[in-house]
Amino acid sequence: MTVMDQRGAYRPSPPPAWQPRTDPAPLLPDPEPYRVLGTEAAGQADPELLRTLYAHLVRGRRYNTQATALTKQGRLAVYPSSTGQEACEVAAALALKEQDWLFPSYRDTLAVVARGVDPVQALTLLRGDWHTGYDPREHRVAPLCTPLATQLPHAVGLAHAARLKGDDVVALAMVGDGGTSEGDFHEALNFAAVWQAPVVFLVQNNGFAISVPLAKQTAAPSLAHKAVGYGMPGRLVDGNDAAAVHEVLTEAVRHARAGGGPTLVEAITYRVDAHTNADDATRYRENAEVETWREHDPILLLERELTARGLIDEDGMRAAREDAEAMAADLRARMHQDPVLDPMDLFDHVYAEPTPQLREERAQLRAELEAEAEAGPAPRPEGALR
Amino acid sequence: MSTVAVRPATMAQALTRALRDAMAADDSVHVLGEDVGALGGVFRVTDGLAEEFGEDRCTDTPLAEAGILGTAVGMAMYGLRPVVEMQFDAFAYPAFEQLVSHVSRMRNRTRGAMPLPLTVRVPYGGGIGGVEHHSDSSEAYYMATPGLHVVTPATVADAYGLLRAAIASDDPVVFLEPKRLYWSKDSWNPEDPAPVEPIGRAVVRRSGRSATLITYGPSVAVCMEAAEAARAEGWDLEVVDLRSLVPFDDETVCASVRRTGRAVVVHESGSFGGPGGEIAARVTERCFHHLEAPVLRVAGFDVPYPPPMLERHHLPGVDRILDAVGRLQWEAES
Repeated sequence: MTVMDQRGAYRPSPPPAWQPRTDPAPLLPDPEPYRVLGTEAAGQADPELLRTLYAHLVRGRRYNTQATALTKQGRLAVYPSSTGQEACEVAAALALKEQDWLFPSYRDTLAVVARGVDPVQALTLLRGDWHTGYDPREHRVAPLCTPLATQLPHAVGLAHAARLKGDDVVALAMVGDGGTSEGDFHEALNFAAVWQAPVVFLVQNNGFAISVPLAKQTAAPSLAHKAVGYGMPGRLVDGNDAAAVHEVLTEAVRHARAGGGPTLVEAITYRVDAHTNADDATRYRENAEVETWREHDPILLLERELTARGLIDEDGMRAAREDAEAMAADLRARMHQDPVLDPMDLFDHVYAEPTPQLREERAQLRAELEAEAEAGPAPRPEGALR
Repeated sequence: MSTVAVRPATMAQALTRALRDAMAADDSVHVLGEDVGALGGVFRVTDGLAEEFGEDRCTDTPLAEAGILGTAVGMAMYGLRPVVEMQFDAFAYPAFEQLVSHVSRMRNRTRGAMPLPLTVRVPYGGGIGGVEHHSDSSEAYYMATPGLHVVTPATVADAYGLLRAAIASDDPVVFLEPKRLYWSKDSWNPEDPAPVEPIGRAVVRRSGRSATLITYGPSVAVCMEAAEAARAEGWDLEVVDLRSLVPFDDETVCASVRRTGRAVVVHESGSFGGPGGEIAARVTERCFHHLEAPVLRVAGFDVPYPPPMLERHHLPGVDRILDAVGRLQWEAES
């Protein structure tokens, strides 16, 4: 009797002789990024979808310019603009169903807002009054993630858990080109493929990881090619073509929902603004390059298509701009109100029950605040530390 | 009535039973890690769980610690209670970013909206003749990370009770398992009702009046032995087993030191920047007027964990503890 026999009913399946699980060819991305706008495929696109994408793009661009202005006014600590990348942001949010989850990185505020999160709450992290301004479960949006690629395994685990529970949930995780060099990117893709988890990975390849260009980031033919090594399909798409990104992501989400497992989508786009307001992009790239990409602007591409096909007129475009302007005005007004912070919040959410050590520190701060309140605002000596 | 003697359980068996009982009581408890399935873990702590609960509840993962902990974060975000196994102390380092940047902070980051009820089991410490990267005591790193609970059992009953409490906790718990006690047995009978008490209470393992040995995990047994040996020297030593490093039980520790007036902190991990420094400072701040001597530390040397043939010189043993106890007859230099 073998040890396994003694154990009863449980039998591990015999290890299969090693063989390639799949013919890699169908997993390989097409050599050219997939496009819809300006091609024959555009004729198949749903006019209503194109108009919705357009409205979101215009809104997204305005959000980016407004948030950038808020950094100059000192209302935001930092803002990583996604100007030029709005098509990826919008498509990410619109490709998901209500029950699905989005795992954004710090540059993906537009996707978070397009998912229904209040624009002010989406900026909480960047404003600096707390780390996350919204309840992740309410909108099924994970907190904006600052470390690179570390949210990808979370997406895999959540999707895996949902499937174990029998729930119809897909997770879409967003990462930049720099993030694909991180170990967590590799581990997340590997786990997702082994578990056949219902996950879609969207790489926004915007050309630079702060200042480091893609050529110094990877030697792969494309980032989408990385999928093949994990045993999942890789898809390459024009990241400024909102209709194409939406179609590819929707198909990847459908594939995951149907039990087909994960997909890696690389969207080729460009970060028109600097990395953040703290970055000087002129040190690592030529203005001529930026101008070239401005001609391939996601709003321009879609506007051309809509106009050529008579799906929008000047009134329609003005309506989209006015809607975006109203959103920006509301955002501006609300962001100009000073947030009311409760310092005692520092201790309230470290553990379910504060440790005795935290209770002591809490009492210390409480006493400091009471002393401050009693003394009133003290004049600070010239040159004092603030 | 015939009585059949029940063989006392080992610590590893108590841990297995804790996992099994937790999984049976709550469908959301999932075990995952490298080798936890068919093999039952390299220390057999997950033995039989895949068989009993299926591979969806006890899952062999790819070999990737960041991936194991990172996916567990996502599982916990969806409402499961993952219990992950890091096979050996030093193998947990690749998962450190997930632990520090996400596991410890998710509750805080989301203002309490998204707690992460997950347990990270880490076999730790030396004394089993392990080669490099198999004997580290990394508790200071975990202690220094706000948002984590850090617990470690020294007895078989505590192994059961504390692991049940860790899994039931709505906060992440780093559960440090002293490897060299895996095969230890004590009076705990696996048929007995097992106590599960909240995390955060130290316990006096041995009462004494002359000095307090403050210790935890693998060093508790060594301190008990030292306390017996010290009787010959006329020392009546009290031994406090911390059981929980975070939260820290100042109350029990300080009550003991106020009674005895003298204290030695004993642990395997290095002394510089180690847990003993924190504990000595806390005791000094709270019990200064009761102290007859400085709080001393007996720890591993501040060297990378040595190769097995040298580890006996590194680990705090009875003699080193007794030597420190002798130094508690301290007289201030004039």
